[in-house]
Amino acid sequence: MTVSTDQQTVPSYAGAQAPAADQATGLLIIGASQSGVQLAISLRALGFDDHITLLGDEDHRPYQRPALSKEYLQGKVGSESLIFRTNEYWIDHNITLIKNERIDDIQRDQQHPGAGIAYGRSGATYPYRRLALTVGASPRRLEVAGGNLPGVVYLRNADDAIELKALVPEAKDVVVVGGGFIGLEAASSLHELGKNVTVLEHGPKLIGRAVGEQTSQYFLNQHRHRGLDIRLEAQIDEILADDNGDVKAVRLTNGEEVAAQIVLIGIGVVPNTQLADILGLEINNGIVVNAHALASDGNTIVAGDVANMPNPVPGSPTNERIRMESVNNAIEHAKVAAYSLMGRSEEYAGIPWFWSNQADIKLQIAGLSTGFDQTVVRDDTNRGKFSVLYYRDGQIIAADCANAPLDFMAVKQALGKGKNIDPEAAAEVSTMLKTLIA
Amino acid sequence: MSTVHFTDYEGNTTSLDANEGDSVMETAVRNGLEGIVAECGGSLSCATCHVFLDEADADKVPPMSEMEDEMLYGTTEDREDNSRLSCQLKLGADTEVHVTTPETQV
Ligand SMILES: Cc1cc2nc3c(=O)[nH]c(=O)nc-3n(C[C@H](O)[C@H](O)[C@H](O)COP(=O)(O)OP(=O)(O)OC[C@H]3O[C@@H](n4cnc5c(N)ncnc54)[C@H](O)[C@@H]3O)c2cc1C
Ligand code: FES
Repeated sequence: MTVSTDQQTVPSYAGAQAPAADQATGLLIIGASQSGVQLAISLRALGFDDHITLLGDEDHRPYQRPALSKEYLQGKVGSESLIFRTNEYWIDHNITLIKNERIDDIQRDQQHPGAGIAYGRSGATYPYRRLALTVGASPRRLEVAGGNLPGVVYLRNADDAIELKALVPEAKDVVVVGGGFIGLEAASSLHELGKNVTVLEHGPKLIGRAVGEQTSQYFLNQHRHRGLDIRLEAQIDEILADDNGDVKAVRLTNGEEVAAQIVLIGIGVVPNTQLADILGLEINNGIVVNAHALASDGNTIVAGDVANMPNPVPGSPTNERIRMESVNNAIEHAKVAAYSLMGRSEEYAGIPWFWSNQADIKLQIAGLSTGFDQTVVRDDTNRGKFSVLYYRDGQIIAADCANAPLDFMAVKQALGKGKNIDPEAAAEVSTMLKTLIA
Repeated sequence: MSTVHFTDYEGNTTSLDANEGDSVMETAVRNGLEGIVAECGGSLSCATCHVFLDEADADKVPPMSEMEDEMLYGTTEDREDNSRLSCQLKLGADTEVHVTTPETQV
């Protein structure tokens, strides 16, 4: 198996007719995924009438990522189900899709603020009047000896998922490096496919800082009970190859070797800030934007996983900044970006929410738990439901809900309306949270 | 080929072709039909794909799971007896169903 990088690419076109080569598109959106797609769709809904070009480096029609570690990996849904829109939709809405084209350089037009030319890896150039960067994030690489062996894979995009799926039939043992959402989802999916799965997490708990202690512990117990071999505080020394040069095991610093024909790395992502750097935009854990999804030049639109934004949760500490990696954020942030392009100054405000399906456990998270000073655990073991409610100064700020959609919905609703749920009353599992919103 | 007839809250109907195995939600979203948001893409996590299913078509689609039932208590427009989450309405071959979309999903 060889992976070639710098080969010449040939972009492929779909959707509406592209402007003539010397004509500028009204808006060039670089990154054709969750936030880029939403931006284009929202702009058309708002009446933006200039031509839109939605360009991305993947050789697939724009698709949704979440299933890649879940239903798609398990073989429960096909690739067709992941597609955002039919080709007719793009044609009807005067949006040109360009696939398999990577932008490596951008030059601003000194005469016309906001306009410029993007340079594609294929050699093609794309003049534009306005620019949006919805370039997302890329997997953090594991820097370890043997990290590039065949069989060591990542899971961010469709090509990664296709590569992983192709390895599955031949593999008996899988090591997943990283006990975060994607690692645990993929580990559960692969376990369901009959693989012997070990999860190596270098920290002391699962799902790091995204959830509190009780939720971490719940997932640890549940996954171990279902048959995942989970090792916390595991330090990797080297990934070892067999005689053919394929991966055969992961060696830990304590000398133990864990057999694996697939090693899946899920240790987080890094925002794609290269183009922002070329444009001289402010970067700090992502591209820095204001509450209107505008970068530091006041012109470039930035949305989704790549953006570092003021915390959109109403009542959050002023000047607090955050970068989020979720479908909900990609969608809502892109909507705000669309308003900005229409000349309407809407502030990004809302209650973030997230979901993660791991085996038969559906986790739903409402709000952001950072800064909590009190938790209420609702452990309804008999009915297989478990939630943790987070409070700050007596006010509910978030909840992690496992197989407890009613709790999730109630908390999401309370947060959206700026209301509270009394912590003492909430501790009684038989009480419906919905009845406590006040 | 299957067909889904979507009627919005104002009474306008759009009919869309669907493939066997597609859900009512996928059929709507892929074609950009307004009235169904489907933020989670069919993961049964968001309840923004709420529809009212014509009672005569109730047996043409899979029955409701407990999870769907619970999620339906969180829809923005209150649930009715014929409420369903359209991402759970998988279509068979040559099926024809009629749904009405609520005024709002979020
Ligand atoms: C396996 C997996 C499972 C997930 N599950 C969930 C879930 O259950 N719930 C949830 O809320 N979120 C989930 N997420 C996260 C969610 O998918 C992301 O938050 C979302 O995709 C972010 O969208 P985005 O458009 O900002 O960025 P991305 O999706 O990263 O898209 C950016 C696009 O830009 C392209 N690009 C970058 N640079 C260039 C360039 N120079 N030229 C051309 N193209 C470029 C990239 O190739 C990519 O296609 C999951 C993610 C993954 C990978
Ligand atoms: S699409 Fe989210 S619950 Fe149906």
